[in-house]
Amino acid sequence: MKGYFRYFGGKVVWIIITFIFAFLLNFMLPRMMPGDPVAVITQRVTTGMQSQSGIQAVYEEYQELFGTNKPLLTQFFLYAKNLLHGDFGTSFSQYPRPVGDILASSIWWTVMLQLPAIIVGWLIGNVLGVLAAYLRGGYDKIAMPASVFVSGLPAFGMAIILLVIFAVELNWFPTSGGYDVARIPDFSWAFIWSVFIHYQLPFWSIVLVVTGGQAIGMRSMAIYELNSDYVKYSRFMGIKDRRIILYVFRNAMLPQITGLALAIGTIVGGALVAEIIFSYPGLGTTILSAIRSQDYPLISATTLIITLMVLITTFTIEVLYGFIDPRIKAAQSD
Amino acid sequence: MKHTLRQVFHSPRFVVGFAIFAFIVLLVIVYPIFVRSAPLGIIGQGTFFPPGIYVNAYDSIGSEPYTLKLDNAAAKRLASRLSDEQRLAMMEWLVAAGLSENEIDPADTEKLLEQWENNYDPTINIPGQTNARRNYFVRLNASLGGILATEAAIIAEMNAETNTLEETGSVDQTDYVNINDVPNKRLLPLGTDNFGRDVLTELVSAIGTSLLIGLVAGLIATTIGLTLGLIAGYIGGFADDIVMFFTNMFTVIPTFVLLILISYGIGQEQRGAVTIAVVIGFTSWVWTTRAVRAQVISLRNRDHVNLSKLSGHSTTRIILLSILPYIASYVVMAFILQISSAILAEAGLSILGLGPKTTEVPTLGLMMNWAMIYQAQVLGYWWAYLPVIITIALISFSLNLMNTGLDQVFNPALRE
Repeated sequence: MKGYFRYFGGKVVWIIITFIFAFLLNFMLPRMMPGDPVAVITQRVTTGMQSQSGIQAVYEEYQELFGTNKPLLTQFFLYAKNLLHGDFGTSFSQYPRPVGDILASSIWWTVMLQLPAIIVGWLIGNVLGVLAAYLRGGYDKIAMPASVFVSGLPAFGMAIILLVIFAVELNWFPTSGGYDVARIPDFSWAFIWSVFIHYQLPFWSIVLVVTGGQAIGMRSMAIYELNSDYVKYSRFMGIKDRRIILYVFRNAMLPQITGLALAIGTIVGGALVAEIIFSYPGLGTTILSAIRSQDYPLISATTLIITLMVLITTFTIEVLYGFIDPRIKAAQSD
Repeated sequence: MKHTLRQVFHSPRFVVGFAIFAFIVLLVIVYPIFVRSAPLGIIGQGTFFPPGIYVNAYDSIGSEPYTLKLDNAAAKRLASRLSDEQRLAMMEWLVAAGLSENEIDPADTEKLLEQWENNYDPTINIPGQTNARRNYFVRLNASLGGILATEAAIIAEMNAETNTLEETGSVDQTDYVNINDVPNKRLLPLGTDNFGRDVLTELVSAIGTSLLIGLVAGLIATTIGLTLGLIAGYIGGFADDIVMFFTNMFTVIPTFVLLILISYGIGQEQRGAVTIAVVIGFTSWVWTTRAVRAQVISLRNRDHVNLSKLSGHSTTRIILLSILPYIASYVVMAFILQISSAILAEAGLSILGLGPKTTEVPTLGLMMNWAMIYQAQVLGYWWAYLPVIITIALISFSLNLMNTGLDQVFNPALRE
């Protein structure tokens, strides 16, 4: 048990260091860039304003508001202190709504959409991959290029294709939004049904793309495993093929779990763009509108939240992996 | 080398992928030789003209008419002038007047018109029909009369002195123009986009830019990844710790977030295609570093490397002659994947509005972005977005296919 704690302790320390680093990047990157963001914002706000002293006053007030007139170090501690209190600042574009409030309303849409979609896609992909490696022949000849094609498609491309076929042409599903806007959100069946209907297309577009990528990886893994000694030995022993497939699946699964932990950032990035296609009320759409309206505090907070989400997911997968992988168990019993 | 190449070109997957990719690159090179118009030139006044051949109507009237007697010309003309809405309205009236719904087919123009002529009577009062609706049918009936007219259309010119119209010619319904006689025509195989630009010309130019972005980003990412991987793997020790610290960190921090922050920080004015490519390159070296390091560590203690060390060769020489040849195939494969993921990254960024500046060059992502802003997908302007998606998919499909083909050649365990 002590070994496990050391394993998890190491992971926790690592995740905290990474988060601090990501936090620093989030703070530093925009400030390192050439140009004065406050000047740009002032310019946008004061278009059409004639008096030079008026523009100057606005500029100074914004400097005060963002604290850009203070030294960098003070700014950083101020920023960190506010974040610790859950204060992400005030949004420009939806003034005077606090950024934390906007994020609180969109984050759950993203989590509820992407988490199940990635898990389902990963499971389907792995099963298809093992089958392709095991069955070979015609199935592999079709499934393999199809997977390569689907995984090469960006998630937003898949989203548009599904949207055009099922929402615009066939009219089975709505084209945009997370629920029927004519309804007031409540817990009635009609509202839940409208959420469910709006959920389908974004969900399946993410699932399909994840499935393709995972199937390719799993196929290679399973082919390696099928050539290994224990499979040959099991065959000589006369163990049924179905059992052998299960062994292969379990063994090929382990590297796939690590693979998922490492790829989760890329998948989430692609899926956020897919959200935009459906105007799904999640973080992807939030960041798009923030970029369009140059809402700096909102962009910064959204990227930080996305980073945090990805870090937590990666950490969870690694913790689970510690329970599943017998090698880690063995290493810790020493 | 020659042997390896021959082996590579024997892999069916690689060959298919290579053929698709080569076709795309050829298209980018050859197309501008034949179509010389500027890719961002705005030719259409209006948005989203559908694909087709555009023939100048003014010139068509001026050119010599040929009379052709074709049987179904009148029916086709009628069919194209009767809108779906009008057909449904006619059907509605006929059903209300007592015809059974099965008898009427709104797609069959001739039969529908015949039924209409036989049955329509403005004096019949249909129960429940508003006055406005009844007037609509009266107007519809009158306009049908106009459609059915067989007289010639008159061409008139304004006489500047008398301020009256004078007939200068007429166009019969049986008049035809040979398209070769019309001096002004333009083929728009994929129509125009929201700005009125020729989509095909723009697309070809966009493929070129996107491939360039992929190439630059891929080269940067592979160079950084290879260098860091070699340092971490071969030198090891403290250098390895430092490199792996940052590599592990950047594996978990989503690249997408870094791209957004940097591109936003650079600002709209400074963002060119190459800038975006450099940014993508500098944020996507992580995978190559990890993989190169792993491979180098497994090579480091092989006999031939040790022998080279004993012979007193310099580190550079050992890396160049004893390590690089063994990981070359892997580096090429990683490079191919970097190109494809960089093209996808540019597309994603552009959809967010953080891509290259719109006014300078078209890229696949920017075309997508404008199509989305103008809601082309909902309004059914497929030519504005579908060719772009298909191109992105084909590029990344061909590169991935080449990659799996190479994998099969260099990885005996995967061979069939």
